[in-house]
Amino acid sequence: MNAPNSAEQRRDQAPQDVPRSTVTLIVNGTQHTLTLDNRTTLLDTLREHLALTGSKKGCDHGQCGACTVSVNGERINACLTLAVMHEGDEITTIEGVGTVEHLDPMQQAFVANDAFQCGYCTPGQICSANAVLQEIAANIPSHVTADLTATIEITDAEIRERMSGNLCRCGAYANILKAITQVAKERA
Amino acid sequence: MRAFSYERAASPADAAARAAEVPGAKFIAGGTNLLDLMKHEIETPLHLIDVRGTGLNDITATEEGGLRVGAMVSNSTLAANPRVREAYGVLSRALVAGASGQLRNKATTGGNLLQRTRCPYFYDTAMPCNKRSPGAGCAALGKGATTRQLGVIGTSDACIATHPSDMAVALQALDARVETVTPEGETRSLTLDAFYQLPGDTPDVENTLAKGEMITGVVLPAPVEGRHAYFKVRDRSSYAFALVSVALIHAPDGTGRVALGGMAPRPWRRDAADAALPQGAAAVMAELLDGARPTEENAYKLTLAERTLAALLAEE
Repeated sequence: MNAPNSAEQRRDQAPQDVPRSTVTLIVNGTQHTLTLDNRTTLLDTLREHLALTGSKKGCDHGQCGACTVSVNGERINACLTLAVMHEGDEITTIEGVGTVEHLDPMQQAFVANDAFQCGYCTPGQICSANAVLQEIAANIPSHVTADLTATIEITDAEIRERMSGNLCRCGAYANILKAITQVAKERA
Repeated sequence: MRAFSYERAASPADAAARAAEVPGAKFIAGGTNLLDLMKHEIETPLHLIDVRGTGLNDITATEEGGLRVGAMVSNSTLAANPRVREAYGVLSRALVAGASGQLRNKATTGGNLLQRTRCPYFYDTAMPCNKRSPGAGCAALGKGATTRQLGVIGTSDACIATHPSDMAVALQALDARVETVTPEGETRSLTLDAFYQLPGDTPDVENTLAKGEMITGVVLPAPVEGRHAYFKVRDRSSYAFALVSVALIHAPDGTGRVALGGMAPRPWRRDAADAALPQGAAAVMAELLDGARPTEENAYKLTLAERTLAALLAEE
């Protein structure tokens, strides 16, 4: 038998006699109340239950960053957290960052700088990139921060280090760095 | 992933009592290591107790001049705390050397201590592992195994995995204590020496917590004067476990403390090695690595540890 190939089929064929919980999530400003198998990750909830397929499943083990989303203002790996642990949380996915008609400045910069090839990692890269600039603005230190007590400057090394949780198998790193740097300069 | 029931605990004492009472229960906080292991069905809890709502989110000053860090404080928050950056630099440095930005936002102080001591064979369920299935044997000690990342000291004939935490190495250097609450509602305060347990014949047991006992926080003693540094050597420049890491606190009079990561099943420090610090890196490592039993593939770590400390000392 072929594996189910749509979210509807997968949901229909999933065992029902497993422990479930009801959770309310606020995703891109819209409230959703869902009753889910406790095992459902936040990533699978977004993709399979809310049809928000912008967040990507790369490794499903927190190693690649393709599933990066913002939860209550902080970037996390949506694959390594359970939806039931996010009662009342505000989640922003790439769909909430910008639209085709109204691109976010970071999305615009990725286009302008040719910062992707296949595009699979791009939603995670963009969600992470926006968070990186916020984290630097909030003076949160990184491994390459020379002085822990000084104001952190936006340098290539800072951006590269902070983006290390987002892999790009096409190797668009040089242009991802250019795109993020461009947005940082626009905001300065 | 195996199915499990789920509840949210409102206080540490409630969480501990429930964990002792419900069969197959485990605590979950950040979940970055536990969920990963559950996906591989290496961890198979029947019940998860979500402990994030137990009120352990603060970093507060202690009467002794130190800091108490709540068990749910994230690795990012702890690394960025102004008092930690100013007075416990080794801890900030170690935290930001670990994992990725996304993981540090989720990972907690208590969970970081409780992440599994592990090796690639622990994750490979097709291979024997005494930690995963007690008595099954150790693939890492088998012929032709890849061991260059694995432990060189404190290991046993049953297991040579390393504890991957960077944070814990800094905490070991700082003489931090782990605070817990038991299912009976009693509190305990443990040094890291008393908290972590070496593998011996039971590598599946990694610490001395009783069934249901929960970490409530970590207490840092008053700051130690001197230079705080953390040097992590790894296969790529970011987002990789340490091959060797060195936490150093070096006082102006030449005395100090040295703890190692990437070498042992727990953060590794010895008083005799600290006492040898004025004599230099070779003298420290002669004490710190006495009794090491590396494999042919990871014997380089002994040299690398000495050179890493020497490099740190040469920066002064």
